[in-house]
Amino acid sequence: MKKQESGRQNSQFSIPNSQFFSNWRRWLNTLSPVIALFVVFELFVLIAPSSFATARNMEMIARQTAIVGIAALGMTLVIISGGIDLSVGSIVALSTVVIAWLLQSAGAGPLTAAAGGVAAAAFFGLLSGVLITRLRVVPFIVTLGMMLVVRGAAKGIGREQKIDVDPAQLRWLDELLASVPAERSWMLLPPGVWLMIFLAIGMAALLRYTRLGRHTFAIGSNEQTARLCGVAVERVKVLVYTLCGAFGGLAGLMQFSRLTVGDPTVAVGLELNVIAAVVIGGGSLAGGEGSILGTLVGALIMTVIASGCTQRGYPNWVQEIITGAIIVIAVALDRLRHRRTA
Amino acid sequence: MAERIDSQQPVIRLKMQGVSKRFGATVALEDVSIEVAAGEVLALVGENGAGKSTLMKVCSGAIRPDAGQMWLDGEPYRPNHPLEARRAGVAMIYQELSLTPHMSVQENIMLGMEPSKLGVILWKQVRQRAIEAIKEFDNPELTPDARVSRLSVGSQQLVEIARALAIGCNVLVLDEPTSSLTQQDVERLFEIIGRLKQQGKAIVYISHFIEEVKRVADRVTVLRDGRVVGSKNVAAISSDEIVSLMVGRQVEELYPRSARHAGEVVLEIEDLAGQENPKSASLTLRRGEVLGIAGLVGAGRTELLRSIFGLEPVRKGRIKIGIYTGPASPHRRWMQGAGFLSEDRKEEGLALSLSVADNVTLSRLKGFGPLGLVLPGRQDKATRRWLQQLDIRCRGPQQSVSSLSGGNQQKVAMARLLQHDVDVLLLDEPTRGIDVAAKALVYKLINALATGGEAVPALRPAGILPAERNKGKMPSPHRQPKAILIVSSYLPELMGVCDRVAVMCRGRLGPTYRIEEVNEHDLMLEATGQEIGS
Repeated sequence: MKKQESGRQNSQFSIPNSQFFSNWRRWLNTLSPVIALFVVFELFVLIAPSSFATARNMEMIARQTAIVGIAALGMTLVIISGGIDLSVGSIVALSTVVIAWLLQSAGAGPLTAAAGGVAAAAFFGLLSGVLITRLRVVPFIVTLGMMLVVRGAAKGIGREQKIDVDPAQLRWLDELLASVPAERSWMLLPPGVWLMIFLAIGMAALLRYTRLGRHTFAIGSNEQTARLCGVAVERVKVLVYTLCGAFGGLAGLMQFSRLTVGDPTVAVGLELNVIAAVVIGGGSLAGGEGSILGTLVGALIMTVIASGCTQRGYPNWVQEIITGAIIVIAVALDRLRHRRTA
Repeated sequence: MAERIDSQQPVIRLKMQGVSKRFGATVALEDVSIEVAAGEVLALVGENGAGKSTLMKVCSGAIRPDAGQMWLDGEPYRPNHPLEARRAGVAMIYQELSLTPHMSVQENIMLGMEPSKLGVILWKQVRQRAIEAIKEFDNPELTPDARVSRLSVGSQQLVEIARALAIGCNVLVLDEPTSSLTQQDVERLFEIIGRLKQQGKAIVYISHFIEEVKRVADRVTVLRDGRVVGSKNVAAISSDEIVSLMVGRQVEELYPRSARHAGEVVLEIEDLAGQENPKSASLTLRRGEVLGIAGLVGAGRTELLRSIFGLEPVRKGRIKIGIYTGPASPHRRWMQGAGFLSEDRKEEGLALSLSVADNVTLSRLKGFGPLGLVLPGRQDKATRRWLQQLDIRCRGPQQSVSSLSGGNQQKVAMARLLQHDVDVLLLDEPTRGIDVAAKALVYKLINALATGGEAVPALRPAGILPAERNKGKMPSPHRQPKAILIVSSYLPELMGVCDRVAVMCRGRLGPTYRIEEVNEHDLMLEATGQEIGS
C-alpha cells in the first residue's frame, strides 16, 4: 500500500483525485444490488406481517437461498466466461440420486457419499466443457443436450423412482440446512449456509485474485484477445464448466439434505432460477461481466420475494409474476446504469 | 442569421454555426462553424479527440449540441436522431461498416425503407431501385443478389454509399473511408467521389491521410481540441502546414532513427505456407533490426504474422524463434519471447470491457503476488509505469479500455508487449486509425526498442520512477535491442522506420531490400505488379 502511495505522488496530480472519484463510482456499482435487496426487503417488512423482519425469518430466507445460491456461484463463472449452463437443474437431481444410492446400496459413509455426488456432478460439468471446446458447438446447445442426458442418467440410477435412505445412514447429512438447534446457537446459521458463504468468498477471491479468474473475465470480454494473449482458452473453459458442475453437485447435496431422498425428478427448471440470480446480480449473458456478491444478492432477492409473498398470503402465481418482473426490471436498470457510465 | 442563397454563389448545402458541446468537464466542441457547398468536398482533419467525430455526430443527429445552429439547403435543420438526419438528406458512412452481412446487396440498400404493400415487400421495386443505386459504381462484384459478406471491404463500402444515395441524401459524411481499403478500391472510391461531386452532392471527408486529403478534397478544415484552427483551399496549403495545424506545433522528425546494430538472428522462417495465405515466405530477422512488410490488403501479410504467432495453422515450412523451432501456440510464443499486435484493436487486440491494467498484463499474469495470485494493486502499479512512459491518457489503470480514444487504445495494446518484455515484436498495422501525435510516439517507441537502452529516456523522461526500475520483479526496461517485424499499408511509414523491407504479393513474400536501395514507387509496383500482368 505504501509503495503505491509513493508511486502516486510521482504521477500527475489529477490521478489521485479522479481515482477517488472512479473508486467511489465503482463502489456504488458493486453495492447497487445490495441496495436493491435492502429495498425489496424493506418493502416486505412494510406490507408483510410483523414476523417478517425477525431473525428467525431471516435465517429461513438464508436457508432457502442456499440451493440456488450455491449453484449460482458456479453459474456466475460460466456466465462471466460468456457461456451458459442449462444442465444445472438436472445435475442437482443427479447429485441427490447418487448420494442416496451410495448411502443406501453401496453402504458408503456420509462424507464419501457427499463427495461421490459432487464428483459425479463435476464429471458431467467436465463433459459439457470438453464437448463445447472440442466440438465447437455453442454452450447453449451442448448444455441443453446435457440437461436431458443428466436427467436421464439420474432416472436410470434411481430406476425411475426416488431412492429412500435409511435415517440411520444419514448421520449429519440431514442437518446441513435444518434450522440451528438451540444447543448449537453459536453457529447462528446452519452449516449449509456457512458453506455457501465461504464458497462465495472463495469464488470472489478466485475471480479477482487468480489467473483462472482473470482469464475467465478475459475470455468473456473478448475471446479472440484472450487467445492472442496466450490464454489457454479451451482449458479455462473446461475448468469453468467443471467447476459449475461441482457447484451444482454441492447444491444437490443441500437438496438431498433437505429431502433426505434421492429424487431424480427434483429441481426441474432450477437452472432458470440460477441463471436469473446471476443476471439480477449484474451478470451479462454476453460475458465479461458479473460478480459473486451480485449473484448472491440476486438469489436472496428471489427468496425474499417468495417468502414475503407466502407470508402475506399471496398465491403462487402472484409470486411468479413478481419474480419475473423483477428479473426484467433488474436487467433494465443495469443497462441504464451502464449507458450512463459509458 | 439565415443567409439568403445567392444564385450566383455555389449553393451552401450544409452550414453549421457556433456549434459547442461539452461532455462533463471536457470541451468536445467550442464554437465550431463549417459550411459545405454543393459539388464540394470538405476534408475534416485533426488528431483523434480533436472533435471531428463529435462534430459529425452532431451533424447526423446522434448528439445534440449545447449551442449552435445548423442549416440544410438554407432551411434550419435540427435532427434529433440519425434517422431524422437521413430523412432530411444527411447520411453518415462510418468507419465500421454497418451492413447486415447475411443479407443481399439489394436488401441492404433498401433496408428499413422497403417498398411494400400491406406489409408485403415489393421485390421488383427493391431490385430496381437497388440496381439504380449501384449502376453508378459499375463494379462487377456488386450485383443485387450478392451476399454482402462475400464482398470485399471496398465493395461493402460502396453498398453503404449506395444505401445513402438510394434515400436521396445530398450530404454525405465519409468517416475514414479508406482505412481498410486496398489501393485499387481507394482509387475507385475517389472516382466515385468525383462523380458525386458533379451531381452536386456535398461531401464531408474525414481522414488521417494528408495525401488523400490533398487529392480528393477542395477545402480542408483543421480541428484541434474542439476548435477550428484553420480552413483553407487545398491548393493553397502544404501537407506540412496541415500537419502543423493539426498538432499545433512543428512536427520534429516524425521518424527518428538512431544508429542500430544488427545482432544475432532471432526469427527465421523458410518457405512458410499456411492454409491459404501465405503461400511462400522466407525471411530472417536480427536483434536490433526493423523489418517491414509492404503489400496490398489481402496479400497475406496479416496471415503471415498470424501463422508465425500460432494464430493460424502452418501447412509447411520452418519457423525458428530464438532457439525454438517449429510452429507453436500463442501461449508458447509469448513464453518464447514473441509478442503480436493485432491490426484489429476492437475485435481482437483488446478486451474492451476490461480495464487498462487487465489488458496490459493479460499475457503474463505471473509475478503479481505470492502463490500465483494476481493482486490488482500490483497490476495497477506495473501498468501505471506504461501510462506514463507511453503517455496514455486515462483516469487510471482501472478505467475500462472501451472509453479510451483509438490512439490511447493502441498504446495500451503496445504496452502489453512492453510489459511482457518480448524480444520479437510482430506488429500488424501498428498505426492504423490513430492520430499523428500517437503515431509519432509509436515510431519513437519502435526506434527506441530497436536501438536498445540509450533511446528510451527520450520517450518521456520525467515520469519513470527510479525506485521501480531497480525492482527485480518488474520487467527490465528494454536494455537489449529488440527485433521488430512490422506490416503496414502505409509506405512512407515503412520507409521511415524500417531497416529492411520486403513486399508481399498474392501470398508470396519477395526478397528483402535494404531501405536505402528502394523507393516507394518501386515497392508499390512490386505490390501491384503481378496483378497488372495477370
